[in-house]
Amino acid sequence: MSATTAAWLVLAAPLAGTIVTGALFRRLPGRSAGWLGTGAVAVSFVFALIALAKLQQSTPAHRELTSTLWTIAGSVGVDARATILVDPLSVLMICVVSGVSMLIHLYSISYLQGDRGYVRFFAYLNFFVFSMLLLVLAGNFVLLIVGWAFVGAASYMLISFWYRRTTATAAGIKAFVINVLGDIGLVLGSFFIFRHTQTFDLVASFHRAPHVFAHGSGDVTAGCLLLLLGAFAKSAQIPLHTWLADAMEGPTPVSALIHAATMVTAGVYLIARMHPLFQLAPAAGDVGAIIGCLTLLIAGTIGLAATDLKRVIAYSTMSQIGYMIMGVSVGAYTAGLFHLMTHAFFKALLFMAAGSLISAMGGTQSLDRMSGFRRALPFTFGCFIVGGLALSGVPPFSGYFSKDSILLFVAGRGGWHWALWGAGYAGAFLTALYTFRMIFRAFLGEPCPEAAELIEHGHLFHPQAPTNPANGEIEDTDVGFPGPDHVVAERAWPMRAAMGTLALLAIVGGVVAIPKSTFWLDHFLAPAFADSTLVGNASNAMLAIGLILGAVVSVGGIATAYYVWVARPGLAASIRARFAGPAALFENKWYFDELIDALVVRPGAWFGRFAQNSFERVFVNGVLIGGSTGLVRAGSALVRATQSGILRLYAGLMLVGIAGVALYFLLQS
Amino acid sequence: MSTLVFFIAAIGALTGAIGVIALKNPYYSVLALVGHMISLAALFLLLRAEFLAAAQVIIYAGAVIVLYVFVVSYVGESAPTVGQNPGRMAALGAFACGAALVVELFIAVLGSGLQAISHDGAPYVAGFGTPAQIGTLLLTRFLAPFEIASYLLLVAAIGAVTLARRRRGLETGIEGRPPTLELADLLGLRPQGTGTMHEAGGAVEVVEP
Amino acid sequence: MSIAWYLALSALIFGLGAAGVLVRRNPIVILLCLELMLNAANLALIGFSRMWGNGDGQIFALIVVVVAACEVTVGLGIIVAMHRRRLPVDVDEMRELSG
Repeated sequence: MSATTAAWLVLAAPLAGTIVTGALFRRLPGRSAGWLGTGAVAVSFVFALIALAKLQQSTPAHRELTSTLWTIAGSVGVDARATILVDPLSVLMICVVSGVSMLIHLYSISYLQGDRGYVRFFAYLNFFVFSMLLLVLAGNFVLLIVGWAFVGAASYMLISFWYRRTTATAAGIKAFVINVLGDIGLVLGSFFIFRHTQTFDLVASFHRAPHVFAHGSGDVTAGCLLLLLGAFAKSAQIPLHTWLADAMEGPTPVSALIHAATMVTAGVYLIARMHPLFQLAPAAGDVGAIIGCLTLLIAGTIGLAATDLKRVIAYSTMSQIGYMIMGVSVGAYTAGLFHLMTHAFFKALLFMAAGSLISAMGGTQSLDRMSGFRRALPFTFGCFIVGGLALSGVPPFSGYFSKDSILLFVAGRGGWHWALWGAGYAGAFLTALYTFRMIFRAFLGEPCPEAAELIEHGHLFHPQAPTNPANGEIEDTDVGFPGPDHVVAERAWPMRAAMGTLALLAIVGGVVAIPKSTFWLDHFLAPAFADSTLVGNASNAMLAIGLILGAVVSVGGIATAYYVWVARPGLAASIRARFAGPAALFENKWYFDELIDALVVRPGAWFGRFAQNSFERVFVNGVLIGGSTGLVRAGSALVRATQSGILRLYAGLMLVGIAGVALYFLLQS
Repeated sequence: MSTLVFFIAAIGALTGAIGVIALKNPYYSVLALVGHMISLAALFLLLRAEFLAAAQVIIYAGAVIVLYVFVVSYVGESAPTVGQNPGRMAALGAFACGAALVVELFIAVLGSGLQAISHDGAPYVAGFGTPAQIGTLLLTRFLAPFEIASYLLLVAAIGAVTLARRRRGLETGIEGRPPTLELADLLGLRPQGTGTMHEAGGAVEVVEP
Repeated sequence: MSIAWYLALSALIFGLGAAGVLVRRNPIVILLCLELMLNAANLALIGFSRMWGNGDGQIFALIVVVVAACEVTVGLGIIVAMHRRRLPVDVDEMRELSG
């Protein structure tokens, strides 16, 4: 079995899982759909590992393999084929995606039990995994776009999973519309590049790119900027980020899988994959780096003020992706992908733990109402701590090494990139701050009523009536709404198994690429980025400074969080009161939603109404439709008038006809 | 001499035609038509069609006009609601139509393409237009039209009788139900006395089973 | 007299008959006007027969007379039936042929 065959099977397994689960959706009893879905992704993961092993068996020069199944369209200068590209980058991505997906599927088996849409969930989730794998394995622009679009569709379906909740459906639409904007950028960028390289194939495109594009020319910069538009929308970077917070309306496993570990990293993958083009367009790379930097700072400040548990984690995702985008935009491909991998581990872990905590709270997600769960949910607390330490970048957890390797490369680029370097460490401080704010508020302190009930009686809290956590509306637990069961990790072994695995990976995952010490990941990814011209030559002194600064910043952030929220209980409120302006800014998410509403939504709605009233009503409905039907009606009325039944009229018309025919023949001769 | 006769007959024909269309009383219209037919017979004679002139007078002016007279007597004067005057515009339109036709025909007849008819006709051959010639033609060259015309006459006669007979038996139906025709009616034996002219005339009382 | 005169006369009578069909409302008179048109056609036919010198036109005219007789018979039968059923004997009142 070759690497490419294994890769095709990686794609086939979740597709088969989707189809089978969907076809049998009425007949799968209990949790069997969950095991079926998990099994499909597990098979995919096994084949991903096989592909990895087979790839490593060939020499480094021959690790860029393509395989074509059939030609989709192959004429008039278009070469769209069903081709996959198996190289170290895509193999890394499929291993991470299928591995983390497998664990999240395992978690969902018990987390979503009792939900009326259980089978549908696993069908959708398998479809998502298939789409994401298609995206990262795509060997030409066409399949990439197909995978990209499928992922967007799967995200929409899963965000709106509890479809009778209006907040959920609105969030799904918002995510989809913003992602469509990104899709436009992606498609236009692809065609821009196709116009010059005359091929859709990625490998051929990259080979031709240096010959058809001048370095820094307007065409390639425009193409790369359009691709960046797609990347920003999918990865929730400023200004196309507003959908990610609302996407937390979906079930927690969805948030873990799509909006932390995999889908939002598609933008990072895109930039890494297109690196030969970005290297010809340094301006685009700079734009990416600046946007990534801005995002990581702004998202950090919003996370500091957010009160919904899942939204804090969502903004931390946005911030970490900012690091990754910044990394791959300046050329730190290995570092950026390393951070992608470790982030997948600890962010999925955090979301899983958050799901457990929310279950214990009976469905509420508000941080204001949570406290003192340390003794009630010890395993969940442990997972939060592990994930939080990894996220904050405390040594020797994985997040520490990955974040520092990015910042090291940035420093190595020199010049104005020092500003990015500084912002990166400021962001790390903010990360530690808001992460442990969340953990300390939820787990330390006096137990809240829900926690108390769990500690004293061992009962999970169940609310009187199921309510929508976003707006407090009363719901029921029938299809389209969450089920009545609330499952905590302490009582469900699939959840503990998944979370435990991720916790382990979060702890030791950093060992594959400790900067300047271990080079497993570097060597693995080197063949994919061999043609990279951007180098970050950081000295060892720089490395030492970076490592120490990183440790100081993260530990300092945790300490500050402890001081503000645990040691001095009223301090947070008084700080907020003193800095009311910035506090309001952070709490309102920097007013981005209002800005987009004023700039885009309202003018769009106004234009729609205007077009309806002036153009559509008058011209299309009135002149075109009314006119054509009016003409037909008038014509038929005219003809109807001749059918009056009056015989003399008939006779008269006949005579007129005869006279006409006679006239015709007369004129002929 | 023949010119004179032609003009007298032509004026007679035209007068009759105008009388048909202009006179209000249908009796008078019928009489005008008679005059028209006689004039036309004279014109036929001028054209050496002796048999046809005679046939015109006997068949047309004789039988057909008599039929008209009978029907006009039966129907009588139309009810007062039946005004004989169409609207001014309709009348003008009608005459315009007729005029257009006439003009076209004039142009066709008298126009350029008709050098062939600007003479007096073929030399007269003795026996032209005589019953003998007509009869020979009817039974040799035009046998098929002759036979078919006789069939047509038969069909018309039966049709006229069927149309005009009294139909008391079918008008009201049985017990107020609308009359329906079923296959059994066509295939099976009808009750005695039904389906005859006797019944149509109302002389047979039929009791339906 | 050249044949043209007869043909002109035939055209005139035809036009008069056509006008009469359109103008009159009594169906009997309409049938009379139809007779006029048929007679005009006959005149033309016989004129042409005389012109060519063979009897074809006359045979045609004879058949026309036969057909006219049949048509008159059936038409008057309809009028009689209309009168029997107390329907108004007026062409404008009979509008069932509308579509």
